[in-house]
Amino acid sequence: MDSAGEVVNDGKITLEGFTVAARAFADKWKRHNLSFPPWSWIPLINRTMLKKEEGYLSLEKIIILSSLEGSAEEESLDVTADWSEKEESIDHTVLVQNEEDEAHYYDYHIVYSASYMVPMLYFRGYSSDGKPLSLDVIKRDLPSSSVSLLLESKWTFITQEEHPYLNRPWFKLHPCGTEEWIKLLSESSSSDGCQIPVELYLVSWFSVVGQVVGLKIPREMLI
Amino acid sequence: MIFVFQVGELVRRKGSVGEKRMAVKYVWEGAIPLQIHLHKSEVASHPPPPPALVLAPRIGYLPLLVHLIKPYFKDSLPPGEDSIWFDYKGLPLKWYIPTGVLFDLLCAEPERPWNLTIHFRGYPSNVLIPCEGEDSVKWNFVNSLKEAAYIINGNCKNVMNMSQSDQEDLWTSVMNGDLDTYTRLSPKIKMGNIEDEFSRKASVSSPQSRQGGTEIDVAGQVKTARVPVRLYVRSVSKDFENLEDVPEMDTWDEISYLNRPVQFLRKEGKCFTLRDAIESLLPEYIRDRAQRSGEEGEQRTTDASDVSQETRGELKLVRIQGIEMKLEIPFSWVVNNLMNPEFYLHISVLVKEPQR
Repeated sequence: MDSAGEVVNDGKITLEGFTVAARAFADKWKRHNLSFPPWSWIPLINRTMLKKEEGYLSLEKIIILSSLEGSAEEESLDVTADWSEKEESIDHTVLVQNEEDEAHYYDYHIVYSASYMVPMLYFRGYSSDGKPLSLDVIKRDLPSSSVSLLLESKWTFITQEEHPYLNRPWFKLHPCGTEEWIKLLSESSSSDGCQIPVELYLVSWFSVVGQVVGLKIPREMLI
Repeated sequence: MIFVFQVGELVRRKGSVGEKRMAVKYVWEGAIPLQIHLHKSEVASHPPPPPALVLAPRIGYLPLLVHLIKPYFKDSLPPGEDSIWFDYKGLPLKWYIPTGVLFDLLCAEPERPWNLTIHFRGYPSNVLIPCEGEDSVKWNFVNSLKEAAYIINGNCKNVMNMSQSDQEDLWTSVMNGDLDTYTRLSPKIKMGNIEDEFSRKASVSSPQSRQGGTEIDVAGQVKTARVPVRLYVRSVSKDFENLEDVPEMDTWDEISYLNRPVQFLRKEGKCFTLRDAIESLLPEYIRDRAQRSGEEGEQRTTDASDVSQETRGELKLVRIQGIEMKLEIPFSWVVNNLMNPEFYLHISVLVKEPQR
């Protein structure tokens, strides 16, 4: 936090700002992205600071199904299952058709990095028997534009690291340079070059990051 | 060998450069004697091999010891490829945590030698991230160094701009516990220091004062800065008399891991202590000081009668580099002398949970 108390500064966001932005992001997603289940806010009970709640956003069990005809269609969304009864039902959304003959499940977590002061995307893939998918297999499920981006860019790359809270290996999209392109986004989107309002921070962030993993957000969310 | 020294004494002697080198030297020379047993499922020889005895540098990492350990067991191993991991009483050990930190955290009552089990098969890849020997450890080290740089300087440029050979030499100096080489190379890392009148002679024109995430006040002294800290919190639900009564850890879920910078605040005439630093990370475990907020300059009362210990959580133990820390020590001294080579200060904390 700087002396002016701004929650969004220089492309970065404070912990308090992240909590606000996360809620706003989840709300907008729920309203405008009806073909997907909603994001859940998972509070970190052990870490509650006085009067502040910390947590992360979770979107789980997104399915990428095998294709019967062979061609991948990125926009095909098939709404199934009723996610309002969460307990026992398998909530899933068909995203993209992959080339193999099995269903791949994906979990996504948006976690705040106190060191870099930006959000980070953690994700993992697993098959229906729960077995984790390797990065090579996961890359085959990503949009082809992402794969070339990942190969060429020194800013955007995926590593296997321990989830900051769950004591398990997950994959992480590296945050290097996040604050730079967030700044670019805010400069280009507003006429007076002001900071992105905190409620739109995660929406803007995800509009870029989500694409790397094949999750697109509707334009309505950016308003 | 394991060292124990009076941190208070070192601080009381007015910090001169010579004294600082001594504390850092102790840190680099600190080591844990390990007694490493081959897991019984992997013993393919009769009689089974005796345990390996290895002295592990505190600032080092377990995978770096494999070349010392493997000769003891290679004749006993079943055929196949190695995928090496360690456990302590069944708990798989996170290989990227410095050995000294693992010891301070997992052994409430220090166990000497520390009995660990080594496995060459059956890597628990559902719980541990993969380790391909020295390369993985080095990658983790450089990554942590970059993160620390970002916290201290506001960017990673200092690390990114290091030449490949300097990076190699730096890593090698850490692997070999070679403090002299590390000291010679560290100006090349261009990492800022936190300085106040409690760490060493504050120098207004010091080229090492921090840039980036630092505010400098009128006198040119560092006012605020972010300090890289990794806090490992182990909590127990019941109070205990002796450390040997602390129950064993079954899973890593019992540890709260906070990888979060401490905001170092320097106020005129006031010392920012270790207590202040921990309080900023774990406010619910530090005594309520609201009563004292208006009492500038008065002695802090340590009378517990006005605080209900039953309902409030309690800090039982704070360990850094194997030392049980007194919380009144200036935080700047702690950071400058007890941090690890990647510029992170690792703090192991044992707390009694508050009763909610």
